[in-house]
Amino acid sequence: MMRFKTMMVALCAWILLGALPGRAEINIQEVTSPGGIKAWLVEDHSIPFTALELRFRGGTSLDAPGKRGATYLMAGLLEEGSGEMQAQEYARALEKLAASFGYDADRDSLSISAQFLSENRDDAMALLHQTLHQPRFDQDALDRVRAQVLAGLRSDLKDPNEIAGRAFAKMAYGDHPYGSPGKGTIDSVSDLSRQDMFDAYEAIFARDRLYVSAVGDISPAELGALLDQLLGDLNEAGAPLPGPANVAIEGGVSIVDYDTPQSVALFGHVGITRDDPRFFAAYIMNQILGGGSFESRLMTEVREKRGLTYGVYAYLYPQDLASVYLGQLGSANEKMAEAVEVIQSEWQRLAGEGVTEKELADAKTYLTGAYPLRFDGNGRIASILVSMQMDRLPIDYVKTRNDHINAVTLEEINRVASEILLPEQLHFVVVGRPEGLRESN
Amino acid sequence: MIRRIVLAAAILTAGLTGARADTSQGGSEITDQITSFSLDNGMQVVVVEDHRVPVVQHMVWYRAGSADEPIGQSGVAHFLEHLLFKATDKLAAGELSATVAANGGRDNAFTSYDYTAYFQRVAADRLELMMQMESDRMVNIRLTEEDIVTEREVILEERNQRTDNNPRALFGEQLNAAQYLNHRYGQPIIGWRHEMEELDMADALSFYGTYYAPNNAILVVSGDVDPQEVKRLAEVYYGAIPANPELPLVRQRSKEPPQTAERRLTYKDPRVAQPYLQRSYLAPERDAGAQEKAAALYLLSEILGGGTTSYLANALQFDQQVAVYTGVFYSGTSLDDTSFDFLVVPAQGVSLEEAEDALDASVAQFLEEGVDQEQLDRIKLQLRASEVYARDNAEGIANRYGRALSSGLSIEDVQAWPQILQSITGDEIIAAAQETLRPQSSVTGYLMRQEEAE
Repeated sequence: MMRFKTMMVALCAWILLGALPGRAEINIQEVTSPGGIKAWLVEDHSIPFTALELRFRGGTSLDAPGKRGATYLMAGLLEEGSGEMQAQEYARALEKLAASFGYDADRDSLSISAQFLSENRDDAMALLHQTLHQPRFDQDALDRVRAQVLAGLRSDLKDPNEIAGRAFAKMAYGDHPYGSPGKGTIDSVSDLSRQDMFDAYEAIFARDRLYVSAVGDISPAELGALLDQLLGDLNEAGAPLPGPANVAIEGGVSIVDYDTPQSVALFGHVGITRDDPRFFAAYIMNQILGGGSFESRLMTEVREKRGLTYGVYAYLYPQDLASVYLGQLGSANEKMAEAVEVIQSEWQRLAGEGVTEKELADAKTYLTGAYPLRFDGNGRIASILVSMQMDRLPIDYVKTRNDHINAVTLEEINRVASEILLPEQLHFVVVGRPEGLRESN
Repeated sequence: MIRRIVLAAAILTAGLTGARADTSQGGSEITDQITSFSLDNGMQVVVVEDHRVPVVQHMVWYRAGSADEPIGQSGVAHFLEHLLFKATDKLAAGELSATVAANGGRDNAFTSYDYTAYFQRVAADRLELMMQMESDRMVNIRLTEEDIVTEREVILEERNQRTDNNPRALFGEQLNAAQYLNHRYGQPIIGWRHEMEELDMADALSFYGTYYAPNNAILVVSGDVDPQEVKRLAEVYYGAIPANPELPLVRQRSKEPPQTAERRLTYKDPRVAQPYLQRSYLAPERDAGAQEKAAALYLLSEILGGGTTSYLANALQFDQQVAVYTGVFYSGTSLDDTSFDFLVVPAQGVSLEEAEDALDASVAQFLEEGVDQEQLDRIKLQLRASEVYARDNAEGIANRYGRALSSGLSIEDVQAWPQILQSITGDEIIAAAQETLRPQSSVTGYLMRQEEAE
């Protein structure tokens, strides 16, 4: 049972130490295969395995009209047989290699996360090649996995967090693919056919949207050869990406009635893109307001001082096709109204008054010090490297990132706070039976 | 299904038919990364070296969890865990976390049935500061009435979030309470609401005074550290704290009587979207020097429920198509008797009774047929490979040691475990299954939609 906690800020001299290391000591190189496929590599031979991360831009947003959930279901079927192997035979083959291939699909990408031992790398990659290029999408596998997805969808309809997420997305993005769940609806998933699986497969698996990284026991030359063998015969181009979503959020509160003891709230308004020049200032500002650490203003005011919640967070959420600024919390039905009020007032206070010099300094120290901590483990690093490529960050970003953080001034962060925090546009979707909270917009 | 990451041992090179990964070239092993010793005051120390990145994780595990709580005070172990982030003689409330953050680190804590653990993850050169602060709050907390009142609201909201808002969690709580007739494992870690509401400062301080002492603690430091330096620092900060002479010599737990009556329960809630059934059996745990039965049960759980190729997935999902999901769970790292659990989510149109019948028939058939040697070999092969993958995660290794050492096992037990898993035969697995899967020690639970029952 994890504890989220918060606290008041106080710093004492007896524990103050010198400057932080503040840099992640990983060496990223770009590898281009003989066939022209690019990948980022961190070579580390200390453990005899490799983590390989493949990501295809577009994700569930590539679903064809009327085929909501096709990409998600197709991703789930990749491990259900390929080539001459049906589902269980395929699974046994993978077990014999002691390799793992994971699949995930979200709004912006479909990811394949593979880990395999050095001693049978060629066999593992041959099986992954078969997975990627000769999927079977057998009807019995389709029906079996569809039933699992439908079971999940039925559960989602009764999960307060899911209900809030769906209501918020519908409000914010309307008819854009972002406005409905990538898993699809019970109706749309029920109607998906085997042909829809092949269509979804063709739409996303292509060179023009591929991003690759590898971390571990593999040399640049070995990786180059592997990339061509594994990915060289992908199609050049997949389906076009949908256009950007128009974010339509008006300030206020909407309530979805649901009989449960703790109300759940998802709140937010329009945000900024990842390549916005104000991004670093906004990122630090959010750390102070509602970032993951226990020292944020929201945690202090809502949890520590008033005991209204177990956890409250806010986060910038830049996506490929729309950017929002979101937050969430759970609070007992009799307390939610007060929690909403406190959050609204903190939003207003930060937009109007900005942060203090000390808050800025503390947040910078935390963010720059914590940055290297995330590079822990081959799989984690591989995932980060692919995200960096998808965000179009330079390959030396890991070395310069903390300089960007440190360069943000008090004047800049406070100007950015006044620009991007929009208290009058902040909308709360509350699921539950919150006492004394009224709908408004 | 969560696959256990086992810790290293010598690699068995006995021929494995059809296995294409032999994992025999794994190079160095996890045991090479481990150093352990004890301080004069009885505090045990484990160091897990991983020098790839300049990061350290510093953890203190107390051999005290919710199953050690006095009657009527369920939740006090977890409540105290929250309160340890308040003031001490030297630190203001919240200052420890603020200091960790100001040094670019993260910290948190967690409570279970048998242990409570606190940790910080930070740049490797900050280890001394972490020890300074963690050792301080081992004995010096200073609580106010306001801390008690506010933090009690927070843990009640935590219970709301984790349990009361989630019918599956409420069902699990009832199932667990029915599994244990007398042992404190039947009480939820977070506590029963009516008892949580009454927890006060005296309850928290009494638990603290009894259990928070170096002779009841394990220090686990993992990452880019030198074991000699860890020892030097541990002696300075933890070694200065005297052992608590009042610490009970054995962990006093009420024992389970013989379980002689099969139990059944139904939990109905309008918030249930997907009915399912769960069956649990009281099961032996890993015991110091005697882990064979637990190893057999662990392998049994993998054979029956370890993914697409498992026995139950094959029977209920592929063959009979009466289930959309089957799972089998066994966690042997526990101070006292644990449980062996089955979960079946029936397919649309299949009733819980039909799913239960299919489960029982399949398990009976499995016991009759015996273990498929090829499947067992595949599982053992993957367990050996998982030792290679486990080395990528020093914190994972640290957790294995912390959990085992606070659950009655020794370092030798942790290190012997992978070899024991490899040594278990199909016959031993069937014998352990027959001994454990007794109806009289089982609980069968149905999670149902409210309207279905009416």
